[in-house]
Amino acid sequence: MLDFLFYFLAALTLGSAFMVVASRNAVNAAMFLIVTVAGVAGLFVLLGAYFLAVLQILVYAGAVVVLFLFVIMLLDDGGEAKVKPTAVSIGASLAAFMLLLLGVLSFLGGPELVDTGAAQATETPIGANLQEYGRQLFSVYLLPVQVAGFLLLIAMIGVILISKRHQEEALEE
Amino acid sequence: MTVGLNEFLAISGLLFAIGFTGVLLRRNTLVIYMCLEIMLSAAILALVGFSRFNNTMDGNIFVFFIITVAAAEVAVGLAIIVALFRHRQTIQVEDLNTLKN
Repeated sequence: MLDFLFYFLAALTLGSAFMVVASRNAVNAAMFLIVTVAGVAGLFVLLGAYFLAVLQILVYAGAVVVLFLFVIMLLDDGGEAKVKPTAVSIGASLAAFMLLLLGVLSFLGGPELVDTGAAQATETPIGANLQEYGRQLFSVYLLPVQVAGFLLLIAMIGVILISKRHQEEALEE
Repeated sequence: MTVGLNEFLAISGLLFAIGFTGVLLRRNTLVIYMCLEIMLSAAILALVGFSRFNNTMDGNIFVFFIITVAAAEVAVGLAIIVALFRHRQTIQVEDLNTLKN
């Protein structure tokens, strides 16, 4: 059952990721991005990282894609469909895809990439323990948490500055 | 579950490849940005997979920080795209060639 779920979610994720690349309309691409993110969150659940699955849905599907849709509506760039990719970019992207595919295939048939010296995967995954997250974030990773908070503040100030400076220029003109 | 780490890594690698292809292929800055998000998702999927099968917490915590940085990055990136559109009236990469000549 879990195996079936894994292959179903994997197919869903990869298929919708392909549709993000293939769809002509930017809004459709954003919609398929939601499906991709939800598929990845499902794979997180299979891996026992329930907290990260919820976080993935909240941050990506809840905030990032909504932001994308806002910007798409704000800009309303209708000229997308007319621009065809050039032969060079098609060739380069296909070559890059094949190279990455080769890397994936090279280890698929090989041995398990698990560190045998470490403790093996337990029946209850360690990522399911929410208490462990809190304990680690506020002891071992206390400084990175503060840096991340500071980064969010800097990003917010930067975004305000980027949008505000333009208004001043427009007033001067 | 008989699915092991390698299968998860394969999915992660394929997802990354699809995102990378999109970045190279697409002409719309917004769609390129979405493909970057797909690549980030692929990377964190690999991290969670390693974390699960090696029974460590570090990968999960790292993913937590990556999601934070990704959120900040999207906000700044989209603000830059909006500023660019106001300035040049386009978001197609073909038309953004000021540095070319």
